[in-house]
Amino acid sequence: MRIYDRVMTWARLKSPWIIHFNAGACNACDIEIVAALTPRFDIERFGILLKGTPRHADVLICCGSVTRQIKDRLVRIYEQMPDPKFVVAVGSCACSGGVFKGCYNVEEGIDAVIPVSAYIPGCPASPEAIIDGVVKLLSSLEEKESGRPEISEPLFTEETYERKVIASGIGK
Amino acid sequence: MSNVTIPVGPQHPALKEPASFKITINGERIERADVRLGYNHRGVEKACEERNYIQDIYLIERVCGICSHSHSTAFVLAVEEIAAIEVPKRAFYIRTIIAELERIHSHLLWLGVAGHEIGFDTLLMYSWRDREIVMDILNMLTGNRVNYGINTIGGVRRDITPKQAQEILCGIDKLEERTRYYIELATEEVTLINRLSGVGFLSHEDALHLGAIGPTGRGSAVDRDIRRDDPYLSYPELQFKIVTDDHCDVYGRTLVRVGELMESYGMIRQLLQNIPEGPISVKAPRKIPAGRAFSRYEAPRGEDVHYIQANGTDMPERVKLRAPTLANVQSVARMLENSYLADVPIVVASIDPCFSCTDRMISLRTDGPGEKLMSWPELHAFSLDWNRKNRGIDFTNLNKRLIEKKV
Repeated sequence: MRIYDRVMTWARLKSPWIIHFNAGACNACDIEIVAALTPRFDIERFGILLKGTPRHADVLICCGSVTRQIKDRLVRIYEQMPDPKFVVAVGSCACSGGVFKGCYNVEEGIDAVIPVSAYIPGCPASPEAIIDGVVKLLSSLEEKESGRPEISEPLFTEETYERKVIASGIGK
Repeated sequence: MSNVTIPVGPQHPALKEPASFKITINGERIERADVRLGYNHRGVEKACEERNYIQDIYLIERVCGICSHSHSTAFVLAVEEIAAIEVPKRAFYIRTIIAELERIHSHLLWLGVAGHEIGFDTLLMYSWRDREIVMDILNMLTGNRVNYGINTIGGVRRDITPKQAQEILCGIDKLEERTRYYIELATEEVTLINRLSGVGFLSHEDALHLGAIGPTGRGSAVDRDIRRDDPYLSYPELQFKIVTDDHCDVYGRTLVRVGELMESYGMIRQLLQNIPEGPISVKAPRKIPAGRAFSRYEAPRGEDVHYIQANGTDMPERVKLRAPTLANVQSVARMLENSYLADVPIVVASIDPCFSCTDRMISLRTDGPGEKLMSWPELHAFSLDWNRKNRGIDFTNLNKRLIEKKV
């Protein structure tokens, strides 16, 4: 492995920056995510820092069963994050639709729209579970240290959007 | 100078929930603000019609994760009224205790968020640390930190033991001491007073005209509280006063919320002292007889209204809920007029908005009858079809399908 890659992996694991996005959740998971940042749980001791813009973030912490209104915005935010990027689905409805499964205005879970790296169940997921999930994600990256992390293909740029849709025959 | 329109949201560092504001500014002054809601619409009301009453309690609880007990209690009270169930007094007392603990947790949360919006992050960290005390109490009483699941039709699901009552009192004492510090902070700290005074001004007349309720209205001297005006649960037996303030700005709303914290501590002490012995629930029928009921509840943010129509089966025919933010959100546009762009986050936060409560849908018929009543599978199919036609592409499981295609 090249020195550059090792330094990058080390830096990434030591200080992952997160962005939090509510994709139609009931607020319970959101406040538990914020609670994880405050003195009792203090997620910042793992070097994790909450950022305001997707362009600064490595990890997208996302909660809520994705509503149809917010779906395009979620894809757009995912696209704006620099590679390599990871998505953590927090809460039962982010994992599978949860209690809102079958509602006419929701997609069933985050993974119906964007790829997800870690799932944290619970309604709402407690701050302990959120910390555990994020730490597990980071340690799984450590194991994969050999070789560069995969660069994901864009979902949303105009050209690829067209090509992929035609190739897969969706939208007919 | 020409006007510039700035979009704020749906993803914005200051607002944790998706809502979009279109703000027209002239220099630094805001001329006009438009609110765009609907990002959180999940279809809870329609989903309630497809689930039975017991399932609905847990679904309604998840309308909002901060005032979850408000929604489930309002729903349960309406169902009990239709079915004419005599609920034991002890159950009412336990519901009231949880309701007041929820108010404490919500107001402490708001205090921290308000501190964060004005760049006073120390206040965020302080008040959220103290909030953990009340979260621990709720966790001990109900088994969950946020969505409590304590209500059931005909009573509550868990009792409060004398040992737990002792621990609640112990926690309340600690919180009261901390709240005294916040009151001192709010009334003496010059930076806080200067930052909040005059920001987000809403006159008493405007508050009445726009129908502002809860702490937003009481911060503009609107003396209205459902706990006193239309008492429910155990509130008729309690001694408390309604906190109002005539500053009519964000500072006034802060004082109201901090004052309400002190009232809540007093109420919990009275409740624990006078709690009667007896059963905590009665058996309720699975099928609720036909009828309709309307219940009002003073949630931490204002008046929460539920309307339920039953048709004799085990599923409701219609559930309608109106959350307090819907009544307050109109006043935000008025507050933002003529204020500075930098004040947008704190003005929006000052009504303690909860958009997941608010996003209900109403369809207005303007051209006479013509729309039809849809069943659940019809509506689901219609929604999928509409999205495919109007948005062009079906995103459902796009990645999975692409991966399958590659393989």
